[in-house]
Amino acid sequence: MDTMNLVGTDDTPNVILDAANSKFELSGRSLPEDVAAFYKPILSWMEAFAETVPDKITFDFKLNYFNTASSKMILDILLKLEEMNEDNDKVTIRWHYPSNDEDMKEAGEEYADMVEVPFEMIEY
Amino acid sequence: MLLENIKTGTFLEFVYDFYKKMKENEISLVYEGEITHQITKAFTAMAEKNLESQKVDSSVQKKVFHVMVECLQNISKHTDKINDEQEPHGIFIVSRNKESYFITTGNILTNEKSASLRKSLELVNSLDKEGLKDAYKKQIMGGELSSKGGAGLGLIDIAKKTGNKFEYHFLPIDDNFSFFILISKVSL
Repeated sequence: MDTMNLVGTDDTPNVILDAANSKFELSGRSLPEDVAAFYKPILSWMEAFAETVPDKITFDFKLNYFNTASSKMILDILLKLEEMNEDNDKVTIRWHYPSNDEDMKEAGEEYADMVEVPFEMIEY
Repeated sequence: MLLENIKTGTFLEFVYDFYKKMKENEISLVYEGEITHQITKAFTAMAEKNLESQKVDSSVQKKVFHVMVECLQNISKHTDKINDEQEPHGIFIVSRNKESYFITTGNILTNEKSASLRKSLELVNSLDKEGLKDAYKKQIMGGELSSKGGAGLGLIDIAKKTGNKFEYHFLPIDDNFSFFILISKVSL
């Protein structure tokens, strides 16, 4: 699997999808002009990755802002992870949120409620 | 016309009145024109800087930032044009008083869209925190991204995060169009 490594900008997040080193991360800020175009390659990568039947994976979300259009795409990533989580012990989501950001914490709790994947909530 | 007004001083008076009105209402930003992604980025960056320098609580800063992003994206995605030549325009205002920040938008909509938007706003305003959470969940799980890249979540999410009701008006323009004004409030 090729590694995907996108450096974030003022409206797009950092993306690391690295199967070889088992590092998966979405961090920073997400309000791209064309949300679907930005997230499509990420979802395709996840799709291909799922087919390799990976071992345990931990996916880190460390966003400090995302708009509602991005929130839909984040759910799509989580649903992909849910699909990979066959036996309920393969995938862990680490949801990092700033210590003074109740909304970001709540967003993580709401996602945890929507998908059947274990969530770890981590304050930073 | 403008030159004439300047000569007679009415334009200069207008500028001074406008300045005073802005000060009175603590308006930090007024914009009329096309709303693009670049404009959205510029305004939100500016607001972030201002809020930081005013030592506004960081959770309030984030809420104001979020409401601005969602409102600007709503205008850029949903504004209708009365004639074909112009790109869709809107007005965007950020103001505050002692208790709150206000993000006000105004844009033209077809009467058909106005009617369905009015229904959505009535519904969102009728919901409490739990109701908004449920509506958000239903929409994000059931909805698809529209061709314009919207998730149909903006208004629900603003109401959920601010904990305030929207104020809104549809001013009739003619048989086909209305001017839609939406005021979102972020409490300090």
